Amino acid sequence: MSNNESMNRVRAGLARRYATERRFRMYGVLAILMSLFFLVLLFTTIIGNGYTAFLQTHIKLDITFDQALLDPSGKGDLAEISRTGDFNGVVKAALREAFPEVTKRGDRKSLYNLASGGAGFELRDMLMADPSLMGKTVSVWLTADDEIDMFMKGHIDRDVPEDDRRVKDLTIEWVDRLLAEDRLEKQFNTTFFTAGDSRDAEQSGIWGAAVGSFYTLIVTLLLSFPIGVAAAIYLEEFAPTNRFTDFIEVNINNLAAVPSIVFGLLGLAVFISFFGMPRSAPLVGGLVLTLMTLPTIIIASRAALKSVPPSIREAALGIGASKMQMVFHHVLPLAMPGMLTGAIIGMAQALGESAPLLMIGMVAFIVDIPGGVFDPSTVLPVQIYLWADSPERAFVERTSAAIMVLLAFLVVMNALAVMLRKRFEKRW
Amino acid sequence: MPTSTLIILLLAVSSALYYFGRQRSLAVAGGEIRKLHSLPSYYGYYAALWCLLPALAVLLLWNGFESKVITTLVVNGLPAEVRNVDDARLGLMINDIRNLATGGVVSARPDPAMQTAASHYQDLQNISRAALAVVALVIASIGGFLAWRKIATGHRARNKVESIVKGFLLSSSTLAIFTTLGIVLSVLFEAIRFFQHVSITDFLFGLSWSPQMAIRADQVGSSGAFGAIPLFVGTMLISFIAMMVAAPIGLMAAIYLSEYASRRVRAIVKPVMEILAGIPTVVYGFFAALTVAPFLRDTGSMIGLDVSSESALAAGLVMGIMIIPFVSSLSDDVINAVPQAMRDGAYGLGATRSETIRQVIIPAALPGIVGGMLLAVSRAIGETMIVVMAAGLSANLTANPLEAVTTVTVQIVTLLVGDQEFDSPKTLAAFALGLSLFVTTLILNIVALHVVRKYREQYE
Amino acid sequence: MDIAMNTTEALMSPDSTDATSVHKPVRDAVGSPLLDATDARMTCRNVNVYYGEKHAIHDVSLDIGKNEVIAMIGPSGCGKSTFLRCLNRMNDTIEGCRVSGQIQIDDQDIYDKSIDVVPLRAQVGMVFQKPNPFPKSIFDNVAYGPRIHGLAGNRTDLDEIVETSLQKAGLWEEVKDRLDQPGTGLSGGQQQRLCIARAIAVSPEVILMDEPCSALDPIATARIEELIDELRSNFTIAIVTHSMQQAARVSQRTAYFHLGDLIEVGATEQIFTNPTHKLTEDYITGRFG
Repeated sequence: MSNNESMNRVRAGLARRYATERRFRMYGVLAILMSLFFLVLLFTTIIGNGYTAFLQTHIKLDITFDQALLDPSGKGDLAEISRTGDFNGVVKAALREAFPEVTKRGDRKSLYNLASGGAGFELRDMLMADPSLMGKTVSVWLTADDEIDMFMKGHIDRDVPEDDRRVKDLTIEWVDRLLAEDRLEKQFNTTFFTAGDSRDAEQSGIWGAAVGSFYTLIVTLLLSFPIGVAAAIYLEEFAPTNRFTDFIEVNINNLAAVPSIVFGLLGLAVFISFFGMPRSAPLVGGLVLTLMTLPTIIIASRAALKSVPPSIREAALGIGASKMQMVFHHVLPLAMPGMLTGAIIGMAQALGESAPLLMIGMVAFIVDIPGGVFDPSTVLPVQIYLWADSPERAFVERTSAAIMVLLAFLVVMNALAVMLRKRFEKRW
Repeated sequence: MPTSTLIILLLAVSSALYYFGRQRSLAVAGGEIRKLHSLPSYYGYYAALWCLLPALAVLLLWNGFESKVITTLVVNGLPAEVRNVDDARLGLMINDIRNLATGGVVSARPDPAMQTAASHYQDLQNISRAALAVVALVIASIGGFLAWRKIATGHRARNKVESIVKGFLLSSSTLAIFTTLGIVLSVLFEAIRFFQHVSITDFLFGLSWSPQMAIRADQVGSSGAFGAIPLFVGTMLISFIAMMVAAPIGLMAAIYLSEYASRRVRAIVKPVMEILAGIPTVVYGFFAALTVAPFLRDTGSMIGLDVSSESALAAGLVMGIMIIPFVSSLSDDVINAVPQAMRDGAYGLGATRSETIRQVIIPAALPGIVGGMLLAVSRAIGETMIVVMAAGLSANLTANPLEAVTTVTVQIVTLLVGDQEFDSPKTLAAFALGLSLFVTTLILNIVALHVVRKYREQYE
Repeated sequence: MDIAMNTTEALMSPDSTDATSVHKPVRDAVGSPLLDATDARMTCRNVNVYYGEKHAIHDVSLDIGKNEVIAMIGPSGCGKSTFLRCLNRMNDTIEGCRVSGQIQIDDQDIYDKSIDVVPLRAQVGMVFQKPNPFPKSIFDNVAYGPRIHGLAGNRTDLDEIVETSLQKAGLWEEVKDRLDQPGTGLSGGQQQRLCIARAIAVSPEVILMDEPCSALDPIATARIEELIDELRSNFTIAIVTHSMQQAARVSQRTAYFHLGDLIEVGATEQIFTNPTHKLTEDYITGRFG
């Protein structure tokens, strides 16, 4: 075939080939766009559902700290008042006073439901902080019930027939009146950031889970970082090339890909059943997550050690340092930023992990803020899982908000890792 | 004394020994460091380590066995008629005694025998604590003193300290082996107990799964069936859907990013896509349950399809999204490992980009891509939270993605979460499922890692 | 004459300040960088290449004649490979690479926007430094070009193209019984001949060879050199080599590059026996390299 003839044939096929080329390229663009679309959809769903949780509807009532209800014995003993005082009665009285026309028993009951079941505790805390309030009447902003809150945020539609609506016509009438009197407004939701879990959406918060996450991560970090770095140093600097070293490496690589729930089974069988450690404790959670994150940290630390050039090692050995001194004086400091980056990424992974923690009982309903690594507690992702299971609309909002908080922590940790890498990145 | 105080005390003693050891080395050398074999600080470390390590070892062992020993002693001290009950009741009782002793909540009103036992328990515990403190401190002092005495000019303290450190490094790296061993043993051990109740063939090939066991012999209906086939099929169905989403999107995204995209686009899009990988799975689960599943159900009912609100499709779809960045970053690595010479060869002949990619790069990278896909499948099989939150509990044996199915991981979670007695076939079944999960993913991982490694060696 | 003047300037090495060392270009048919229009297959005028900030090729003008073997020699990093890769726009695959000036084939500027690299590379083929067979069978390696370009109407045509290409590349006898085996299983020299067969299967007009023997042993090298000589009757060949002996053995003309400048072009015999420029002489006599 002559050159000319072949060139003609090449030209003849060009249009078709370029069409294929364009199509193929388009698939690539499409794939990227779809991934980005999913990401955007995920974030808009979460944020769209969750941002309202940072505000909470409050109701202004004229509260009379009635001694007859709070301190019938009249001794003025604060501890006694705190324990036995009928603070909810005070709230009910205030509501009755605000709506004197409501007299039917059933109606009264719905009236009392305007304020949160925890409103009494808020009053108790007020009185404990300032005992001189006893007997006085003050205007107080109290947390409203979660259904009022949902109604205020537009999640309950007043055009729906009354039978299909959680908030009844009568309640809506009260709400409208309170609104007209400026007695109902949305304020920043501090409870969400300071409270533990609760069955009532308006009283539940993420602080308990956040503290649990904190203790769990501290245990994880304290164990996994030194052990991971030590293992990496051994494998990279000291290990002879033999079957045993190979076996260790195979194990590490496999553990990195073992499903996290299997680590949970290990934790349940070994730490809880065999060693008798307490269930639901951050200590056990930390142990399980340590085993889970170790491969990540070891692999990252080894990469960091590998990036230190051999010339540094030779220089140290050349002036008579022992191998251990070479590692700890020269190689380790140079590899440390890389190792820290790996550790942060491992911690971020551990922070988002929930499946293995379900196995060791960290799903319990825990109201109290844990005070140490032995106290029963839950963690942020598990709290999200628990709330996601709750049927109330208000918990959907809170779940999304908790996810936003969790994601914020993850973003900060990853940004830290990226910064660390940028700051200390060395090209040898 | 509480363990933490004891540890702080031990640390204090050992730092004191560091000081004394260092001083002694200087003293024996007459202030001339050159005469010493090692730097003075190594003598300090030597003494400190000999003080700390044996004591810590004792502490650890003591704590490990303390509660078992005390419990045995307390149980033996119980009156015979109280002691002679079955294991489950005894376990409950021991729990009560412990709770009484630590001032916790008790299930039943304490009777006098329990009260005595509780105070017995408390006494024993106090004795044990005190004994431990004494023993640990004595051992620390003896160890430290002996080491301190050994210090001399020719003493090779550095070598000894370094071999202790090396021992620590070695044992840290062997932890991976022990973890694997721990997983295998714990899962295998409980699974074997399960197979004493239910035959292994019934488990592996049975077509019906309903783990509710009859509590009483005369109870009707729930005899319990442990045929895992519906779970395996459900797991495969959801993983298959996930891979149908993740494999094409992930692979095409990787191809686009490594072969087409300019450096700037790559620098932006790659990290953004990796955000998908960093999102906790519980978030995906919530997204699946809250958004995707209702959307699919509504769309289905609009076009006249009956889509379950816990359909396999919703869970699989969202799991696929989760795995996209995993597939794409693995494929990206593999595609970048194809030597430039291979591309040059094709471009030099006048191949277009897509021809080069489809006919040269992909075939060259195929083993690596297959390995990456296997890892992704293993990931999908082991994924828990998405399916727990979005897939159902009903063990339907179906291949219809619109119906609800359940998976191995979902059942493990349901069987073990909540207060279950540990010995019933129901909880043991979770470990049998865990075993099958572990073995499956292990095989997938080993094959995948092997394939990928072989592939890399080819181009190195 | 204008061009000749420019060329003289272009030939002046930046570091040769000594006026006596500047050579006069030889204006006969073979010795000049420029050829008569009828003899030239490709013409390059004032080609500059930049890698980002780095100016890699300075203002090179050179013609490549029909059915000749032109060798490009020079110390490493002198830009000879870069220049070669300009001729079929293989530099396009390198990020940050920019080419200015004019390179023409058949009166068409190959860097013109309207020019399509795909048919260009079918016209100007390339063989690389390291043999780079695709991880496919020997047959598929050779058939790849004809397949993507649609050169063969049917299987018989394709078989014929593969056979003649392998024959032209002198590989047919060695591989005809194992065409279905992977190309990567051949020896280095065979792999390189396979790559040459792959290049000529597309029937290009020009074949660029970038140090095609640098990864081969002497016997394989000799075989390839023979092959180059045989191919000359059908193709124009531009070869970059670091071996002066090779340039002397295979080429009719030789161009000497130094630090991104084209220093001297001439008949190979003349360059090796009687170089005009001092730098060329120093290089030929082995004073640096």
